[in-house]
Amino acid sequence: MADLVLFGKPLFLAVQWLLTGLLVGSMYSLVALGLVVIYKASSVFNFSHGWLMLVGGLLCWAFFQDQGWPLWVSILAAFAVAVILGLLIERVTLRPLIGQPVLTTIMMTLALAQLLQGIVMLVWGANPHPLPIFADAAGLPMPPLKLPTAGFLGGDIILKVQLLWSFVVTALGFGALTLFFRFTRTGLSMRAAAEDHQLAQSVGLPVRRIFGLAWAIAAIVAAAAGIVQGAGTGLDPIAVPTMALRAFPAVLLGGLESIPGAIVGGLTIGVVETMTSGYISTSAGQELAPFLVLMLVLIIKPDGLFGQKRIERI
Amino acid sequence: MAVIRPSGIYDVNYEQDMALVRTPALKVAAAICAVIFFALPLFSRDSPLGLEIVPLPLLGTLNRIGITLISVQGLNILLGYTGQVSLGQAAFMAVGAYTSTILTTHVGIPFWFALPMAALTAGVVGLIFGLPSLRIKGFYLAMATLAAQFIIPWLLKNPLAQWTGGASGMEVPLPTLGRWVFNTDQSMFYVIMIPVAVMMLAAKNITRTRLGRALIAVRDNDLAAEVLGINLFTYKLRAFFLCAVFAGVAGSLSAHYTRSISPDGFDLLDSVWQLGMLIVGGAGYAVGPIFGTALIRLLREFATFITPAMRELLPGTLPFVDVASVDRALGPLFFAVVLMLFLVFEPRGLAYRWEILKAAWRLRPFAH
Repeated sequence: MADLVLFGKPLFLAVQWLLTGLLVGSMYSLVALGLVVIYKASSVFNFSHGWLMLVGGLLCWAFFQDQGWPLWVSILAAFAVAVILGLLIERVTLRPLIGQPVLTTIMMTLALAQLLQGIVMLVWGANPHPLPIFADAAGLPMPPLKLPTAGFLGGDIILKVQLLWSFVVTALGFGALTLFFRFTRTGLSMRAAAEDHQLAQSVGLPVRRIFGLAWAIAAIVAAAAGIVQGAGTGLDPIAVPTMALRAFPAVLLGGLESIPGAIVGGLTIGVVETMTSGYISTSAGQELAPFLVLMLVLIIKPDGLFGQKRIERI
Repeated sequence: MAVIRPSGIYDVNYEQDMALVRTPALKVAAAICAVIFFALPLFSRDSPLGLEIVPLPLLGTLNRIGITLISVQGLNILLGYTGQVSLGQAAFMAVGAYTSTILTTHVGIPFWFALPMAALTAGVVGLIFGLPSLRIKGFYLAMATLAAQFIIPWLLKNPLAQWTGGASGMEVPLPTLGRWVFNTDQSMFYVIMIPVAVMMLAAKNITRTRLGRALIAVRDNDLAAEVLGINLFTYKLRAFFLCAVFAGVAGSLSAHYTRSISPDGFDLLDSVWQLGMLIVGGAGYAVGPIFGTALIRLLREFATFITPAMRELLPGTLPFVDVASVDRALGPLFFAVVLMLFLVFEPRGLAYRWEILKAAWRLRPFAH
């Protein structure tokens, strides 16, 4: 059978990159979800999300590896601590800034990133911590999944199990958040608060409690992302926040207020990244491509694909 | 806040009203301060006078403060006066550093000419990344400059690796003038502090001209400024250009001071720290960057200074602490806490407090 080729590369590789891109993109979507939840409720863009992820993952590591608790208990405990952390962050750092200009909240979340970095360095040090959730009894990583496509694509497609898990976690998170925002009383009041703070307050919604809740939800999403990321590549205090930075283009591409936008944006960035990595080079894919997409979005359509249009008046 | 002038001192013409140093007493004081400041290296170790009053580490600290100060002052023009956020200042510094290094090593141009060329190159790159400011502002502009912070180091590492030495960086030659080689903290003090003085004066004067007033109008309400006849796009671009020029000068000086550069030496955290210095010092005040840069830099030196003591102390009090990385934790922790306190309690920064203090001094013994 003749080798199938797409733009100078074997077809099965291109298909593999596409699938890997979707799976990697699901990771970005998961990060983007956390960012969107906070932005929707309180119009704050959380630059410290990557560090929140890292802290969530490291908490799980501390309970699972250090204390030797069962996995599900460790994950739940990490979520619980993350919720407290999220509420604390909102109460102490962002509540006093309500009504301040955008720059102040940007700087506050950047300062928060530095604070979390300092805490991580102080408690866990600068070395990466592997989180072997997907390991078998002997502590070896699970073998990658192999799709028998050699017959019609010219080669087998190999997928990492941890990426499949991130896809599942993202799908669950997306489903849960969609249902939450559509069918629960709290979710609906959060959407109302996102629409207009003053209006929401005037019909009796507890806007401040809603901000706190948004941070708590975002902290859980971040911790989940951190655990999945840690299971895949280990919890590196440099690599994890850098990975979260690559999810920022995903949020802007999808639209800052849109949860489906976060999913679409994340998957798109993932595919663009792996395709560029495959066709050009890994550094171009990881360090350049997401940010070129970001520049294009900002120049062509700053509100993103599903974001709200803003009209300005003097 | 209205400018409160000392009582009994009157201006009789426009020149007096616009003067930076307004009274004869102040002129003398300023001159004495300048002379003492520029004579500091003469009283350090190995100096021709043979005195050892000023410790060398102090000069090193002052040099580092000076370099950062130029860059933060550039950021002040962009953020404090024009109201445009930039997270890419360190990347523009990288452009200046690399331009200067490439010109001195590959082309053989002396440092003294490479410095202005580096400033111009950084300015042009700043213009390119300022282009989106036509359509977007606030948070979105911060994102566009964040992209600069990734795209520029990538360009330096990959397509330009032939000239820049890629990720491993390159060695930077020392500035020389005739038979003098500027290789000590004392001699570099002059190489750094003269541009610092020039750039500080330039920044102060820019904000007092038509350009500066237009920039302030853009900051206060951009739509209203446009209605007044200010061309938003060109003025925003000028602010970006100036901001990047300052960064370019700082980058070039920092390259020749530290003598080696790498693309990772100018990362997002540096940009964030410079923004923090500006906020702590007071954005929109010409003296703000001086306060902020000095405070944060000294805090960082303090963190390094107490690290050994903390290594002894911490394991006893907080048993879960990882002692090995205390030095990497304290700097960010101090910075974050100080920045947060300022954001919550005094978002206008130290310079605003300084203005209040000056007014109170002039009004004493009255309260208002």
